[in-house]
Amino acid sequence: MSKLTLKTEGDTHVVVTRRFAASPEAVYRAHTDPKLLQKWLLGPEGWTMPVCISEAKPGGKIRYEWTNGKGGGFHLTGEYVELEPYSRIVHVERMFLPDRTPDNHVETRFDADGTGTQMTMRMTLPDAKTRAAMLSTGMEKGMEASYVRLDEML
Amino acid sequence: MIAAVNLDMTFAALADPTRRAILARLAKGEATVTELAAPFKMTQPAISQHLRALEDAGLVVSRVDGTRRPRRLAKAGIEAMDQWLAMLRKALEKNYNRLDKVLAEMEAATNKGDKR
Repeated sequence: MSKLTLKTEGDTHVVVTRRFAASPEAVYRAHTDPKLLQKWLLGPEGWTMPVCISEAKPGGKIRYEWTNGKGGGFHLTGEYVELEPYSRIVHVERMFLPDRTPDNHVETRFDADGTGTQMTMRMTLPDAKTRAAMLSTGMEKGMEASYVRLDEML
Repeated sequence: MIAAVNLDMTFAALADPTRRAILARLAKGEATVTELAAPFKMTQPAISQHLRALEDAGLVVSRVDGTRRPRRLAKAGIEAMDQWLAMLRKALEKNYNRLDKVLAEMEAATNKGDKR
């Protein structure tokens, strides 16, 4: 399986790429269908997403709520801006940790690559400072438990 | 000795394009403030201020060489940042490994449907 890349670009972008062994249509559906999102967009082991709203149309609502089943949890809200089945999704999201984080504008592309799909997710934060905060703390909070597990593995 | 690295400060220091350019220059080898200021068309005090931010973030260290104070990359700071980004990659990878399985299930379901 091809490795994931995560890079900063310019002052305000974070770019994540990953290849999948499935068609762009399947990968696109897995990114927009709430029933499919609930199966994988979970972060750390032991976390679930009991609430998943994903109205895949321009202006459609996004709301993901995660819980660790032990009273811990956080949520994300957003809106879809543009959708081009099955090649491109533009949406805006922000986390509540519990304080609201600045809006993250995300463009996700799904390009056919042989029999698979190359995904490119480009996040744009309002400014360099916000990006710095997201990279150093925002993602950390959302994935806290997985780091604990990683520490055990390393 | 292992430097205590504040990642918040590290990423904040990296948010500035001039500071990233300074790091790129120092990656090639140590340099003095005068040498660093030359390609940036900036005053030495301005460069010194950027260097201080990089030093506070644990990314750059200096040494004394007579009247010169050449700067170089701080290995511990750079490594801590690399490790952090590697952890973020691993955490994201966990989600995408699950997605691989979801996609395989979707394909299996489609193939089953075709046979009917």
